[in-house]
This record gives sequence, C-alpha cells and structure tokens, in this order.
Amino acid sequence: MSRIAMTLPGRSMPAATARAGLGMIEAGWARSLVLARATRLDTAMQRDSAPDVRAVETTADGRSLAALVDAVARNRDRQAFGALFDHLMPRVKAYAMRLGASGPAAEEVAQEVMLLIWRKADSFDPARATVSTWVFTIARNKRIDLLRRENRPALDPGDPMLVPDSPRPADETIERDAAEIRLRAAIRTLPPEQAELLSMAYFEDRSHSAIAAATNLPLGTVKSRIRLALDRLRRSFKDE
Amino acid sequence: MSTRHPDDEILLAYAAGTASHGTALLVATHITYCPLCRGKLQAMEQVGGALMEALEPAAVSAGARDRVMALLDGDPRLGTSDSRPPVTAVTGRTVLPRALREAAGSDADGLAWQPVLSGVDQVLIGKAVPGGERTRLMRIRAGRAVPRHTHRGSEMVCVIAGGFRDVLGHYGPGDVAVADDAVDHQPVADDDRDCICLAVTEAPVRLTGRFWRWLNPFVQF
Ligand SMILES: [Zn+2]
Repeated sequence: MSRIAMTLPGRSMPAATARAGLGMIEAGWARSLVLARATRLDTAMQRDSAPDVRAVETTADGRSLAALVDAVARNRDRQAFGALFDHLMPRVKAYAMRLGASGPAAEEVAQEVMLLIWRKADSFDPARATVSTWVFTIARNKRIDLLRRENRPALDPGDPMLVPDSPRPADETIERDAAEIRLRAAIRTLPPEQAELLSMAYFEDRSHSAIAAATNLPLGTVKSRIRLALDRLRRSFKDE
Repeated sequence: MSTRHPDDEILLAYAAGTASHGTALLVATHITYCPLCRGKLQAMEQVGGALMEALEPAAVSAGARDRVMALLDGDPRLGTSDSRPPVTAVTGRTVLPRALREAAGSDADGLAWQPVLSGVDQVLIGKAVPGGERTRLMRIRAGRAVPRHTHRGSEMVCVIAGGFRDVLGHYGPGDVAVADDAVDHQPVADDDRDCICLAVTEAPVRLTGRFWRWLNPFVQF
C-alpha cells in the first residue's frame, strides 16, 4: 500500500522539475519540506523555518496555482493551462490509481478531470477554497459520476432552502493560505498509524468496519485513530 | 446538538466520495439546513485535497499533454461554471431541498405517496437493491405515531418538514436521527402538521467496490 508520500512540489514530474530546478522554489517552504522529509521534525521546529505564505500552492517553478486558474478563467490562457496540467495531472492520476484504477484508466479519468478544470475554471473561487480542494472535489465527483448511473446528490449553494452560513470576514485568503501550510505540515507529522488509516478512509473506498477487518484492528481503534487524525488536522486549520 | 447531526464517519464518506447514494442524499439534505456540518465537510474536503497533493505523483504518458491540449480547441465550453440548470420556481406547500427534489422527481406535494402503515405514507427513491440500502421519503400524519417497529440494521432519518419526538427528544427540519435495534423507536409526529422525512436504512458507506475494471466503456471524450 502506498502511503502518504512526503513529496516535494514537483517531485516525480521529471520534465517540469528539470526545467525549473528546485532552487527556484520559494526557499522557506521548500526548506521546511526537505527538513521534514529528512528528519521528520516536529511541528514546533517547522514553525521556526517560517514558510512564506505566498509559496503555498505553486508549481515547481513557483507559479501560483490560483493565479494560473484565474488566467484560464479570464483569458482562456493555454500556456497557464499547460502549467496546471504539468502540476495537477500526475497528482490526479495518482489519486485515481490509489482508488484502484489501472494506469490507463487512471490516465483517462485524469485527462477528463483536466478538461473539466479548463471548462470550469471560472467556478473556482479563491475566497472559498484552495486549488487542491477544488481539484479534489472535481476528481472525486468525476469518479462518482463514472461509477454510478444515478444523479450524484449534491448541495446546491443557490437552493432557496439553504440555511446560510453566518457572515464571514470579507477576505480570508491570506489566512486560508497560512492554514493550508499548517495543514500540510500537520499531515506530514501525523503519527504513521493515524496517517495510514486516514489515507485508507479517503482513498480505499472502505467503511470503517471494512478498514478494521483489513487491518485486524478493533473497530473502536480504527474510529478513534481516524477521529484523532481529523481533529488534529482540523486544529491545524485554526492554528490552535 | 450532537445527536442531531450525522456522525463524522458519514460526513467523511461523503467528503471522500465513498458514501452510498442514500447516504450521500441524506448528507446533501442535512447540510442544506446545517452550516455547521457544511463547514466540517469543507474542512474534510480540504484535507482530501492536501492528501491528494501529498500522494506520490504518477508518471504521465508522453502524449497525454498534447492530447488534452488538442481537445481544448474543440471544446464548446459548455456549462462553464456548473451544468446544473438554475433552480426552477418552487410551488406547493412542502419544499424539498434540491438534491432530494431531483432524486424524488418532484416536490413533496407532487409525489405518489403510498400508504404503508396507518397514518404513514412513503415514496421509495431509486431502485431497492435486494439486501442493500433502502431510501425513501416518509410522511407521518400530524399527531400520529409510527407503530413500534424494529430495524434489521441501522436507519438514518433526516427531517424535512414538520417534526417528531421519540425517547431521545424532538427533531425538527434538518435534524438527523439514527435508530438501530438498541433503540426502542416509536416516533410521534408533531400535532400541528404532517412530518416528512428522508429515511435511509442499512446504509453501507462503501460505494460499489472495485468497479474500475468496468470503467473504460464509460470514459468518453
Ligand atoms: Zn449538522
């Protein structure tokens, strides 16, 4: 079973990495990743390396994913889309493979997801989600739509029945980027036994009891480890 | 408040895309009413995005980039932001959340309600899979009790309109109740109006197993 890899941005994307060179990645974020990967530093030490907020969600050569999506939405910018493709395609393909697709099937699904990204670029709202969250939901929904004949039940944010959120601050973007950095650090430092079960819950299409059966762990242990992992990651959003 | 929401395993299954159709319908219905669970779900989706980002990227075949770039040209750019048509005007007294209205095919007043028990009507949603989950809308007449009954497995209920009371308390629109064999379950509808709820029984959280091998025929450009 493949685990949550401690990857550098752009790792295993030979072409892009070769073009860009790792030296061009924003120094703080990259350094903290390298250190975390090499020594599994604890969270406190990672905070010392103070990652640059602007460096979150970038391609290997440091271009902001959100800006690239915006260029596609506004200008139908093919060059920007190409950069998105280089970054996202290997990850979406990995996601499909992790869920059991063969290489060729995963590649076809990932190509469809990339086309949806081209088409739906103007539905990306940086005030509401990170690019990786947005892409994850597109890939997840694409997979469900391929597996099922029925309509996929989904929330309609414009539903007159919707009970609205309490009002939020106008611009949460900077805080959300900082939260994303903390989230990724928290994922890297999850205890391995929690990371493995969380990853099974997201990527293996199994209920908690099926995970318990597959891992020979008591159901209560599975539930509590997944809950601990989620609580820990949620707390990381809130900088507690 | 904690007993009125689906538990985290259910929300996580929805976020991960592994929830069964009935479970997903119940979650989509509940989060229409519940900003709290909507927020939790957004957080779970953000975790999913970060986990996807952290996967070892897969090698992509040489021609894939050119193939996709070539497909952009002929792309009609249909449904740019969302392919769902706008919400149609809502008529009738009992309004269903959109996901439910689409699954049921009509708003509550236009449905073909079937009497099942004294004071209780139902509409099945989707095909009932033998041994699988059953999803239905239930209408309990004002002031009536659902006769005592047992559940073969667990049952999740989300109130849409009206309300009911059972041993654990009162449930209003959006509230989720979970019943299993351990709960002596005899809900009584509020006196002032009929209670309509969505009920999902024996809801497995897994989707359909390893369907990927049949996937290719469905993948079309
Ligand atoms: Zn809730």
